[in-house]
Amino acid sequence: MTFLYIAIFALIGAFSRYGHTLVVQRSLGRSFPFATLSINIVGSFLMGYLFYETLKYAAISPAMRTGILTGGIGTYTTFSTFSLETMALIENGEATKAGLYVVLSVFLSMLGTALGAYLSHNLGG
Amino acid sequence: MVSVYISVFAILGAFARYGQSVVVQNMLGDTFPFATLSINVLGSFLMGFLFFETLERINVSPELRTGILTGGLGTYTTFSTFSIEALHLFELGHLILAALYIGASVVLSIAAAFFGAYLSRHRQFTDS
Repeated sequence: MTFLYIAIFALIGAFSRYGHTLVVQRSLGRSFPFATLSINIVGSFLMGYLFYETLKYAAISPAMRTGILTGGIGTYTTFSTFSLETMALIENGEATKAGLYVVLSVFLSMLGTALGAYLSHNLGG
Repeated sequence: MVSVYISVFAILGAFARYGQSVVVQNMLGDTFPFATLSINVLGSFLMGFLFFETLERINVSPELRTGILTGGLGTYTTFSTFSIEALHLFELGHLILAALYIGASVVLSIAAAFFGAYLSRHRQFTDS
């Protein structure tokens, strides 16, 4: 059952990342990797929130929880594209942008996770 | 066609990440997130290598290329799991381990992407 859940949520996660990338690149251009940055921040927020939220409901089995977190959110975000984009900025001589991209990705994603966890702990049931 | 390729490679990438996590955590425990670290470094290496292989060396359609890179390698690696693992280390008071995890993930993954790109750009043509 775990594999089925992982497969279903991986499809949702991968198409969400692909669509999100196309939309952001169309609206903000490609001179800075805003698409991947925003995906990783949103996904990290959702990981912090859903990691705890999925523990609250008995209807969510461990297999489905793995599907949502590992299959869905894990798939939506990406590290390999982040690495490649940072490399491309460095190779283009844009070291400042590369440094900014790395710092913003790490800092804002961790902040997003902390905010998500905080909301799950302090909101609702 | 691009949707089919993304689907196939996304499922492969997600299963590979899940399998590698289970295997590495069984071998090395989960006091330090070696599993995600190894996944992100290996995936970044493959991204650097295959980004150029599929552009200049191997003849693949743009749709298949998007499937492999965005669908497969993008899915295999993960940033959200990295974020929550780093946060957990901070929350447990393991500040040095947290800093080490973040530093190692960023530096080794970017270095791996460079290394992969270097290998693709400098390997000898064997055919075509």
